[in-house]
Amino acid sequence: MIDDVWALVIAGIGIGIAVTLLFQLVWRLMRGSRDLGSDAERATFRTLSLASRAAVHLRGGLDTGDLHRASRALRSLLGSDAIAIANRQGVVSIDGRPSLSDAAWQVASSVIETGQRQLLTPTSDARPAAVGAPVVANGRVVGVIVAFAPKVRPPLVRATTEVAKWCGAQIELGELETSRAALAEAELRALRAQISPHFVYNALGAIASYITTDPERARDLVLDFADFTRYSFRRQGEFTTLAEELKSVHSYVELERARFEERLSVTLQIAPETLATVIPFLSVQPLVENAVRHGLEPRERGGTIVIAARDDGTHTEITVDDDGVGMQPAELRALLTAGDVTDHVGLRNVDSRIRRIYGDDHALVVETNPGAGTMVRMRIPKSQPFNDTERPVDR
Amino acid sequence: MNPILAVGAIALVLVVTSLIGVYGLRISRTTSDFFVASRTVRPIWNASAISGEYLSAGTFLGLSGLVLLSGSDAFWFPIGYAAGYLLVLMFVAAPLRRSGAYTIPDFVHARLDSITARRITSALVLVIGWLYIVPQLHGAALAVNVVADIPPWVGAVVVAVVVSGSVAAGGMRSITFVQAFLFWLKLGALLVPVIFFVITIGGHEPSIDPELVFPAERGPSGLDAYTTASLLLALLCGTIGLPHVLVRFYTSPTGSSARWTTVIVIAMISAFYMVSGTIGLVARATAPDLAQPGIADTVALLLPSRLIPGIAGELLTALVIAGALAAFLGTSSGLVVSLSSVVSQDLFHGTVRSFRWAAVVCAAVPLGFALATVPQGLVTSVANVFVFAASALSPVIVLGIWWRPLTARGAIAGMLVGAALCGAALIGSSVFGTQAGPAAALLAQPGAWTIPAAALTTIAVSLLDRRKPLNTERMLSRLHTPELPRVSGSSSGS
Repeated sequence: MIDDVWALVIAGIGIGIAVTLLFQLVWRLMRGSRDLGSDAERATFRTLSLASRAAVHLRGGLDTGDLHRASRALRSLLGSDAIAIANRQGVVSIDGRPSLSDAAWQVASSVIETGQRQLLTPTSDARPAAVGAPVVANGRVVGVIVAFAPKVRPPLVRATTEVAKWCGAQIELGELETSRAALAEAELRALRAQISPHFVYNALGAIASYITTDPERARDLVLDFADFTRYSFRRQGEFTTLAEELKSVHSYVELERARFEERLSVTLQIAPETLATVIPFLSVQPLVENAVRHGLEPRERGGTIVIAARDDGTHTEITVDDDGVGMQPAELRALLTAGDVTDHVGLRNVDSRIRRIYGDDHALVVETNPGAGTMVRMRIPKSQPFNDTERPVDR
Repeated sequence: MNPILAVGAIALVLVVTSLIGVYGLRISRTTSDFFVASRTVRPIWNASAISGEYLSAGTFLGLSGLVLLSGSDAFWFPIGYAAGYLLVLMFVAAPLRRSGAYTIPDFVHARLDSITARRITSALVLVIGWLYIVPQLHGAALAVNVVADIPPWVGAVVVAVVVSGSVAAGGMRSITFVQAFLFWLKLGALLVPVIFFVITIGGHEPSIDPELVFPAERGPSGLDAYTTASLLLALLCGTIGLPHVLVRFYTSPTGSSARWTTVIVIAMISAFYMVSGTIGLVARATAPDLAQPGIADTVALLLPSRLIPGIAGELLTALVIAGALAAFLGTSSGLVVSLSSVVSQDLFHGTVRSFRWAAVVCAAVPLGFALATVPQGLVTSVANVFVFAASALSPVIVLGIWWRPLTARGAIAGMLVGAALCGAALIGSSVFGTQAGPAAALLAQPGAWTIPAAALTTIAVSLLDRRKPLNTERMLSRLHTPELPRVSGSSSGS
């Protein structure tokens, strides 16, 4: 019942895998037999590789990191019988001889008390000699490295002291990393798009002008304004779906049309499979606002904005295109890269948020020229397993 | 047979498909229909799209051919294909949608936090997809050869070029509506002829001879228990591992709408299988001379002109050709889209250009295979893809959703063991054939032992492995927590 197709296809795959594995094996054997350098060079390699192995697990600090793996690497580095890592509360990891835990804490507590390295003379075979050195991070003793050996010799003392210093540096690096991540998150929160004061002022003005002439329209506009502010002020979630964002764009466009009347027309071209795409909260509306403010407003006869979303395999491509006045590309580049400009805030804000979340290769693409309108394009990856849309992030 | 009608039907389907693809966007010009344009796809449309992508040439042409060849045995295939979605519904649809992943490798990467597991999944997805496209191209070759006397390679090349070209050019902008249209075309293309057949042969009684249609030795007593059970297990589990299924669920806005979509899919494909099976039964009663391997697969194309002479029969033939083309296009374009997504994302970080090149490559490789080999039973070729998918990917996907201790190494071991065992069994079966003696059935239908082997390997290695993914809790709670009910009022003003 099996086709020839299958035989060929699967045989091809099998042979391919076998040849690859064989090739790798031969290559590895050939490489392995090559000269590995002098004893001193090999010792350096070994030290560096052990140190980098331990470093990964020390970065989390002495309270949370995977310290058992770190202590195993450190023990082979020092060549001691046993090694213990303690923080200020007690021994967190011991490698080699677990029965030495009490002795280790005895050394460690005196190191923490004095801030100096301590030696312990051997009492019996079960309690060998020990050397304890303080791990100092940010000028404070955060822990102790205790190494046990039958006899404490100066090289072990020096090595233990150096290892403890190095551990402190690693922990400082880890803290630096944590605070950098926290900083990035804080910046992201600060960047969260905000309603522009211009817009609130203009919208209220437009509504006011309708209250006596067309109360029904004024009522609808107030509801649109309520919807728009409700969406923009919501506290939960950094992300939303394209469908939700388009609803807020609708409220926004209704309010702008109250001011522009027939001079503003908006066309939507949406591929239905893109509507469920997760996008950063308030990332399309500022682009539409930018098109209105800088593309259509400066011109007497207004114009058309086309909002399009299309399916692009792994990504969703969203474009906002206006046929307004446009501008010199060089001028726009200067505006977008300059530090403290208050113009085009929305565009810059969306751009920096998207770069932060998806990386620099997802930056906004702007095509513009005087008299030729402006098109802003963004590409959002469809797969975002860790970006929640409906669950609270605070609380 | 009239080649002009056939070519006309093919051209019409291509034109309509590309028109829907290009103009099927939701367009609103006034602000009042904004809400219509930004409403997410309804489950019924998404279900049509999923069914359109799922029903391949293997079932459109192959099922009626297999019913004609082997009688009631053949019905295990549609039962397995349809029931596969039952497992999707129960175990996979809603959690996978909630995961936010787009492709199967995306899901494995997010769940296990391992780039190696992701790469292996991608490679397996690529193999499964390629193997699945080959029978589609064979079917196309067969169909054009039978109806219009065109050399077989033309059909395969045309489908491959149309599919890769339209995907690469970005022509399939609105793939949901294209696939939905193709589904209804496929269903109509078999349903209308069946109605005509029943009217035509209904006159002379008895129209169906039970002895011929259901010979006793083909009935339940003649079944080989192991082969049937193994096949059914593979078909049931295989659907979960198909690369183009998960991608379409992304269109559903929530987990529960993904679940509803699956329910509708089951109803839709069951209806299709009933119609397709009926054609096979009619053929058994009226055209038993077609029951030869190689020809049987074309029975749906040949039957209309046999039973209904004149222009009516030729028009029905043209309709069936249109449906067959829809089957080739639907499945292979869906596969090419999801394969090129995987390739471009894994190798080129998902740039626009890489997606286009990937589309061309993903169609060219199976075209090469299809041209180099001779088509045989379409249904069995497709069934082999299901066995492979069920052995290689399904255990890891299901365990990834439902089993907390799963680790990256466990998943990698399970995928490799499942793929290697299943691949070896299928090669062994085609090399030794029936000479393998008592092991022949084990090799021909390996599902019953490769799927458990893959699952057990995954479990054993995961339990031994101490390196647990750090985000398990977060991911699992995300997969299984239902969405918050939509706050009423957030969409008021509509």
